[in-house]
Amino acid sequence: MLLLAMSIGVAAVIALTSLGEGARRYVADEFQALGTRMIIVIPGRSETGGVSPGMLSGETPRDLTLSDALAVQRLPGVARVAPLVVGSAPASVGALEREAPVMGSSSELMPVHGFVLARGDFLPPGDLSRDTAVAVIGNNIARELFPGREAIGGNLRIGDRRFRVVGVLADQGRMIGMDSQELIIVPVSAAQALFNTESLFRLLIQAHTRDDMTRVRDATIEAIKLRHQGEEDVTVITQDALLSTFDRIFTALTLTLAGIASISLAVAGVLIMNVMLVSVSQRTSEVGLLKAIGATRGQITALFLTEAILLSVAGAIAGMAVGFGVDWVVGNIYPSLPLNPPVWAIVMALVVAILSGVVFGLMPARRASRLDPVAALAGRR
Amino acid sequence: MIDLQNICRHFQMGDQEVRALDQIDVHIESGEYVSIMGPSGSGKSTLLNVLGLLDRPTAGTYLLDGRETTSLDDEELAHTRARKIGFIFQSFHLIPRLTAFENVELPLVLAGVAPEVRRPRVQELLASLSLESRAKHRPNELSGGQRQRVAIARAMVMQPAVLLADEPTGNLDHISGAEVLAAIEGLNARGITLLVVTHDAEVAQRARRHIRMRDGKVVEDAT
Repeated sequence: MLLLAMSIGVAAVIALTSLGEGARRYVADEFQALGTRMIIVIPGRSETGGVSPGMLSGETPRDLTLSDALAVQRLPGVARVAPLVVGSAPASVGALEREAPVMGSSSELMPVHGFVLARGDFLPPGDLSRDTAVAVIGNNIARELFPGREAIGGNLRIGDRRFRVVGVLADQGRMIGMDSQELIIVPVSAAQALFNTESLFRLLIQAHTRDDMTRVRDATIEAIKLRHQGEEDVTVITQDALLSTFDRIFTALTLTLAGIASISLAVAGVLIMNVMLVSVSQRTSEVGLLKAIGATRGQITALFLTEAILLSVAGAIAGMAVGFGVDWVVGNIYPSLPLNPPVWAIVMALVVAILSGVVFGLMPARRASRLDPVAALAGRR
Repeated sequence: MIDLQNICRHFQMGDQEVRALDQIDVHIESGEYVSIMGPSGSGKSTLLNVLGLLDRPTAGTYLLDGRETTSLDDEELAHTRARKIGFIFQSFHLIPRLTAFENVELPLVLAGVAPEVRRPRVQELLASLSLESRAKHRPNELSGGQRQRVAIARAMVMQPAVLLADEPTGNLDHISGAEVLAAIEGLNARGITLLVVTHDAEVAQRARRHIRMRDGKVVEDAT
């Protein structure tokens, strides 16, 4: 009973904190996958300083255009710029047709975003405004629209325009909500024509070095402000800022979960106290005997305290086993979630378990040590 | 050895004051064999508890080995009990989770005696009480007589000067009782002071000195 309570407490701490940690690291890994040294320009000014891309793509006072991208390209410290236009369009080959997310960008997208090709080529480098009718498609798209034959070299109709397939993306799993297997990438101007828009969804900038990040970010804001009649109407976020924000959120989350789990540890502590009190009253005559053969109060206190601590440590170890078991099961169900309880959580769970053994064992132990030996020997309290 | 002067022990039972011990004066020399008899409630068990330093007298002085004990604190009392006094109880009071060996070893463990000193001493004692084959058994695997002999070994392991026995044969059949009495009388023959509280006149007759109590007073003290 006591062991169970203690192990549930410790298991809860381990499982919950590792879930929190896992979620944090999952998000961190996702952003890491975005590519390094990345700066993202989003049209629209965010006054709140929030970070959710979905939240920020609301109103657009002034469009972000291709010429903005070209201006940013010329800034010092900028290695690469990849404009991004995103939409969804029907893609068809002959009679086969399906809806697919379409991304308009440039040849720079591959290194900036970290795309990997299975075969063929990526978008050709060159003038951003030139509208070459080529497309790079995801694995699934290739399989579905070109069943049983090679997609590269084949013709693909997206909306009312025709494209020649030049490359197929390797399967990289999901990259922040975009499944690279289900994606069609075309030159940015083609996408603009396709979706009949001049504005860009995002501008992805890669700095030369990590140290350039701040400088490039400030310069980008300045350059675009200049081009937009002095109005700072874009939001520029760096990967670092994004990461640290998510880090803070998830650390807070993990701590909250740990706090909740600690409450169960405290409950287990109260249970320890009850069990120990029962054990003291059951063993009253033994305490009397110990006193008769010369045990001091200190020795009797130490005896019962040791027992309480041993019980809680045993519970803690059982709980750790259960906690890791839960992690293992969850890890098998969601393999992409890196589930490892943080070291501090394991240490904390153990320390709290032992501490509650001491704290809640102390009262019963002292009660035992204060029993009157004559009454105790007779089995009375 | 033991010198009780004007010892009183009063209990408060509701509004009534019970005089369990009423002005007891007893002097016991080292090596004596004393039986204490009396009806229930006569105060003989209280006397034994006071003698064993488990209970404090309300008034009077108790000199053990020439030392005043009524002013000692709990810690000192525990140490004195450990070193000078051995107890044997009617219901044995062995710890059921420990083997016979471990039960006997317990006082030495509490006194902080090193394991390599403990081991031979316990073994020797168990052998002297013909218990060497039962050393690894738990109390519930032993007969009543064996249990009481384990309790005797435990009482003796610290080599006390006084052995206090509270109805040592009360839970035993005639033969086991005789064995147990023979064992403690053997110890007395080797110099230990032996006090036996009993109801049983036959047991009491074996002692060399007989103290009879009634209503908290010594009514007879004969050799």
